[in-house]
Amino acid sequence: MLTLKLALRNIVGAGIRTWLNVVALSLSFVIIIFMQGLYNGMNDQVERATIDALYGGGQYWQKLYDPYDPLSLTDAHAVVPANIESLMTNNEATPILIRQATIYPEGHFRSILLKGIDPNQHVLTLPSFLLNEHRNLKGDGSIPALIGTRMAKSVGLQKGDEITVQWRDVHGTFDARDMKIVEVMKTPVQEIDNDQIWISLDRIQELTSMPGQATMVVLKQKVKDQKSEATFKNVPGWNFKNLEFLLADIHALVKQKTIGASILYTILLFLALLAIFDTQVLSIFRRKKEIGTLMALGMTRAKIIRLFTIEGAFHAFLAAIVAALYGIPLLVYIARTGIALPASYDTMGYAFGEKLLPAYSAGLMIGTTLLVLLSTTVVSFLPTRRIARLKPTDALRGRLS
Amino acid sequence: MQNSAIIKTENLSKTYPLGLTALKALDTVNLSVATGEFLGFIGPSGSGKTTLLNIIGCLDAPTSGSAKVLGQPVESLSHKEAARLRMNRIGFIFQTFNLLPVYTVFENVEFPLLLLGMDAERRRGHVMDALQWVGLADRADSKPAQLSGGECQRVAIARAIVKKPELVLADEPTANLDAKNSHHIMQTMVQLNKELKTTFVFATHDEKVMAYLNRKIVLADGRIVKDEAGGQKSNVRDQKP
Ligand SMILES: Nc1ncnc2c1ncn2[C@@H]1O[C@H](COP(=O)(O)OP(=O)(O)OP(=O)(O)O)[C@@H](O)[C@H]1O
Ligand SMILES: [Mg+2]
Repeated sequence: MLTLKLALRNIVGAGIRTWLNVVALSLSFVIIIFMQGLYNGMNDQVERATIDALYGGGQYWQKLYDPYDPLSLTDAHAVVPANIESLMTNNEATPILIRQATIYPEGHFRSILLKGIDPNQHVLTLPSFLLNEHRNLKGDGSIPALIGTRMAKSVGLQKGDEITVQWRDVHGTFDARDMKIVEVMKTPVQEIDNDQIWISLDRIQELTSMPGQATMVVLKQKVKDQKSEATFKNVPGWNFKNLEFLLADIHALVKQKTIGASILYTILLFLALLAIFDTQVLSIFRRKKEIGTLMALGMTRAKIIRLFTIEGAFHAFLAAIVAALYGIPLLVYIARTGIALPASYDTMGYAFGEKLLPAYSAGLMIGTTLLVLLSTTVVSFLPTRRIARLKPTDALRGRLS
Repeated sequence: MQNSAIIKTENLSKTYPLGLTALKALDTVNLSVATGEFLGFIGPSGSGKTTLLNIIGCLDAPTSGSAKVLGQPVESLSHKEAARLRMNRIGFIFQTFNLLPVYTVFENVEFPLLLLGMDAERRRGHVMDALQWVGLADRADSKPAQLSGGECQRVAIARAIVKKPELVLADEPTANLDAKNSHHIMQTMVQLNKELKTTFVFATHDEKVMAYLNRKIVLADGRIVKDEAGGQKSNVRDQKP
């Protein structure tokens, strides 16, 4: 208690230097929390959007389907079994048929995926209904097709453009049709965007002579919630992939990105800690005579070390208070309004929403506070070990040892 | 009580390594100081006054010989025991005042009582008493930077005596003060010596200080060369061993 009291007296008495350190540390607090919150929010958003647009409540994969092996697609199609079919008729699941295809944008060969989805589905947020609105194109005209912004950019297509798409049907025979881009969808989800063209399910089944067939069937989210996973397991020829499995890639990516981001605030925190360290070293250097006086007045070295360490650590306490004063309103404001992203931002290879909404958890706040407190204490303690070697008489002279 | 030695040294020596040789800062010092004395070590610069005072204050240890201070053998005290002895029973006054600059006058004087764990109410009473003795009760809320040198030293005296120690050690307390202030603080200490029976030991080469001493121990090259009673301005209570 006494040491706390004295430490507070000393650091408040130290004036401007204290406040400079406190401000630097409080910036670290706010930026760490802001950056982490940003990433958390971003990850939540991407995850949410991916689930809504593609993963649903989990997917049945035709047993040969392997997303990492495009060749597997040749055979990864089958008629949807009856027990899943019943879910489909209740609008609780929707099938997707995936075929390999080729396009020739500006004369260059390009391998893509042609995906068929029911335009009337209400299982996923993927805007398949857009295919329906242009149903009148069916017949002699070109096939209505939907692509994402990334795809549109990378192949140079715009809404209303036509492109020839070539594929093999069920017998391995080449076939080709013109497709008309009826809409370019803006989506944060790369997996419904990159190198793929969406058309209506019945058209692709018809074109490839695979009636009633699919590569995967996506469950509606609430279906997964209501029924136990065991009921999904037993579908011969189909493997159920739950969300945990489907999200593994995203989570891995997020982890990688988070590590990358933490480098920035590690540097910032390091600089703030350096300032504290510097203050401590300088303190012990300049206040040598004071240390001698404290010894003469009857303080032991251990007590003086504790006093100086607590003084240093107090910077973090004050910084937490200062950070709360300006940081909480700022972060709350940003969390409310979100951060608008420039349109080209997603070319960085990460899926973003149009607006980022940072998410700050209690764990993040407490974790950051503990991290800063702990590191400040360590950094404050390290230089004080010099005091342990200081003789009272030398200290009183203000002599350097 | 008056006959008991508060300080007693036997063949006390202190050497500092100096290149290949050694510097004898104190050379077989034999000394006995009785409770209530008002004495000083005097002598030229480098004669060992500060060294002797530091050993008596348990801030330093002798190289050989022994020093008994307040019944404790200085040479065998641990750092912690020495600190405890200083905290409880010894007050220090320094040439450069050594006030804690960020503290107010009150807080500076309060400091030794905080270390002793005294409660706030008693602390306040003691601090104000001490400030009254040195005539600075009205400056309690000032910072040391706002005081004159003489006032600073009076605060330092208040800090040294606030816990009513048995022994006060003062190293060149007037070296940074003008004549008027020097006399003022010496008179304050003479009075405290009379009223509280506190033993005062000075290290000085200031004639003004010497005038108040009732015993002068003259050092030269680390040895006691003269030990004389005297001091017209002091109370008469000199006791030679
Ligand atoms: N830590 C030390 N290391 C080496 N030599 C020292 C040390 N402290 C004191 N000395 C030497 O011991 C001798 C006595 O020093 P001391 O400080 O006791 O003298 P003093 O009488 O107080 O002098 P002054 O009047 O100048 O204060 C001096 O020669 C000094 O150089
Ligand atoms: Mg000296």
